[in-house]
Amino acid sequence: MKRKYPYSGLDDILKEVELLNPSGALKLNDSIVSHIYLGAEKIAGEVVSQQEKPKIDWDRKMDDILTSKVFGFPSMLLLLAVVFWITVTGANYPSEMLAAALFWIQDRLTDLCHLLGAPAWVNGFFVEGVYLSMAWVVAVMLPPMAIFFPCFTILEDMGYLPRVAFNLDRLFKKAGTHGKQSLTMSMGFGCNAAGIVACRIIESPRERLIAMLTNNFVPCNGRFPTLIALASLMVLGMTASPGVTIIVVGIVLLGIAATLTVSWGLSKTLLKGIPSAFVLELPPYRRPQLGKIIVRSIFDRTLFVLGRAICVAAPAGGIAWLLANIHSGGLSLLQHCGSWLNPFGQLLGMDGFILMAFILGFPANEIVLPILIMSYLAAGSMTELSSIEQLSNLFVVEHGWTWLTAACMMLFSLLHYPCSTTLLTIWRESRSIKWTALSALIPLVIACIVCFAVAQAARLLGWV
Amino acid sequence: MGLTYQSCSIGVTKESFSKRRTSGVDYTVALAGNPNTGKSTVFNALTGLNQHTGNWPGKTVLYAEGMYTYKENTFKLVDLPGTYSLMANSPEEQVARDFLYTGRPHTTVVVVDATCLERNLNLALQVFEITSRVVLCVNLIDEAKRKKIVIDMDSLAGKLGVPVVTTAARDGYGLDTLVSTIADVAAGRVKTTPFMIKYKDVIEDAVQKLEPKIKMLLGDEFNTRWLALRLLDKDQVVISAVKQHLARKNGFAATGGEAPA
Amino acid sequence: MIDCFSPTGAGKKIRLYDLPIGRPAVVASINADEVTRRRMMDLGLTPGTKVTALRVSPLGEPKAFKIRGAVIAFRKEDADKILIDL
Repeated sequence: MKRKYPYSGLDDILKEVELLNPSGALKLNDSIVSHIYLGAEKIAGEVVSQQEKPKIDWDRKMDDILTSKVFGFPSMLLLLAVVFWITVTGANYPSEMLAAALFWIQDRLTDLCHLLGAPAWVNGFFVEGVYLSMAWVVAVMLPPMAIFFPCFTILEDMGYLPRVAFNLDRLFKKAGTHGKQSLTMSMGFGCNAAGIVACRIIESPRERLIAMLTNNFVPCNGRFPTLIALASLMVLGMTASPGVTIIVVGIVLLGIAATLTVSWGLSKTLLKGIPSAFVLELPPYRRPQLGKIIVRSIFDRTLFVLGRAICVAAPAGGIAWLLANIHSGGLSLLQHCGSWLNPFGQLLGMDGFILMAFILGFPANEIVLPILIMSYLAAGSMTELSSIEQLSNLFVVEHGWTWLTAACMMLFSLLHYPCSTTLLTIWRESRSIKWTALSALIPLVIACIVCFAVAQAARLLGWV
Repeated sequence: MGLTYQSCSIGVTKESFSKRRTSGVDYTVALAGNPNTGKSTVFNALTGLNQHTGNWPGKTVLYAEGMYTYKENTFKLVDLPGTYSLMANSPEEQVARDFLYTGRPHTTVVVVDATCLERNLNLALQVFEITSRVVLCVNLIDEAKRKKIVIDMDSLAGKLGVPVVTTAARDGYGLDTLVSTIADVAAGRVKTTPFMIKYKDVIEDAVQKLEPKIKMLLGDEFNTRWLALRLLDKDQVVISAVKQHLARKNGFAATGGEAPA
Repeated sequence: MIDCFSPTGAGKKIRLYDLPIGRPAVVASINADEVTRRRMMDLGLTPGTKVTALRVSPLGEPKAFKIRGAVIAFRKEDADKILIDL
């Protein structure tokens, strides 16, 4: 069936346009933009009056300190340290309470299973596997997330965050990326998935992709407890605790170095291109809306963590339980896998169980350590040890850990692939299988190379 | 800059774990504004937790919509990306502009910063060219007071030809008036005649020549002055949108605009 | 470009990035590719607009300028594309 060509009217108009504005001779865009700004200037000039200039320009005064050569970086580090301190100390108590409450519920669920006369595997799979892993994620992640993100929202509301990008942009320019990447990295400390979504603030697609691919190198709230526990293990011999802080800060700095190096590498190879025009507004400082932010953020974060616990951690817990409880030849599948992976783990300075814990912890980084303890104890469910001495006893005495094992596991935790929630977020943001796969592969390869190099070097030099 | 609001909002949670809900919307309202004008605060204050976010189709630009009810009517509020301009020179600007002329909201609220009116009016004047149903929301009026800036609101409303509402969204000040004004404009109870910028004579002459032809082709459905300016600028996005519209009108499946052989 | 060496300094054109901190000036032209030029004009950098250099990042780059009431930071290579009259 033939129909009338629908665009003849439009073609006529476009022909006339060509006559009226031959090859853009009118310079229409320039003229329009200038005229509109002039119009805005005129109207604003007629209706706005300022009786007296304020005596002190507070914005300028604040910036004189917060972006100055002398105080710019110290104030930035101080604020970051304060946010971390509030998060760590503030999360301790609610974390313990949550854990106590959730584990109490676990016992009641077990009682219920007994009461109903359910087979042992029902209690095992659903309570010790699925429920326990959910409870773990909620107890570990919820309090720090509910504290960390409101702190950042407050800093953003006050108008401070763009100053961080302003202060740090030159570093990122050298890496071929955008200064706002410093902010997406900061968000990554809370949760890498949030860091990935935050990359939307970077306008240029190339620089946004680089920020997304490297966000994983800042350790998130789910990895911090692991890093802190391992650092404590390393300095157990020493009495003073500053050692732990120094090691954790060192790891974080290493992560930042990795971010910048990999960003630089990407902008020279896979994502080559000239940086797009850099435009960054430094808005006026404003009083934050404390109450609303806190209520809202806690609510939002609670839902996020709960959602994640249900969708991601629950199935992972189920699988881990199955692997730990299906036996063949006297050993669990988990132990079989661990032994099978052991030679490769040893090459990287770790062992097979550690690698297995990372693999099973892919859905959520916070269950890596519990899974490792579970497999070392040959226990049927994830466990925590009440003190660092017990941890040391299990790891060092019974499973032959050295400082190198702890160091390599920390490095691997810092550098390895992002968790499944983060990868899913990367896919949703980029809509590209290729970039999602690369965002897992690049860190994995780097983690393997670094761990291998460190382990082999340390052994060659006879440090272990 | 919308950093934490984007990445930690309730919407992202919903985006991750649930589907969106859209039904029974009486009016669509667009929220436009420069960055850092407190637009998010207005959006959050009006919609509360009743929000949904995602990406605009084919763009990595945050899309946020929320619902609220006022006098038994349901309003869908669409938060456009914060931009300085609507000349479509960035994905954000393109998304905002396209929504204004294709989504054809019943009312568009332009949120402006009272301490920086000149810069912000630029965007408002550009919105006026696309849609006439506009409410100007002069936000951060408390900051302006602190800086001893006085704005003659009546005179501003008179010059612009649209209702002007002053707000301090953080404290909830002025939001009731904003909501009722939006409803009045959406329902047509308040007529608006926004101020139009006049360009140089060559441009105005060209626009006058094109306007009747566009009207003949597309009818009164679209803002012919704005279309004339865009076509005159040979804006490819707008040209293909017009083509799609024509194709649909004439019963073709929307194609790139090739003539049938 | 003709009055570059005007002895009084009036009408002298320099790059925006070279504007000393604290000094105001007026935008003369933007010599960038079409997309960048349009984006800069959208920020309010139309010819004749007053700009003031406000401050520089602790690392020496970027620089922040006051443009129509907003403070906006540019890197050197972008600000170099904007010519101003002192």
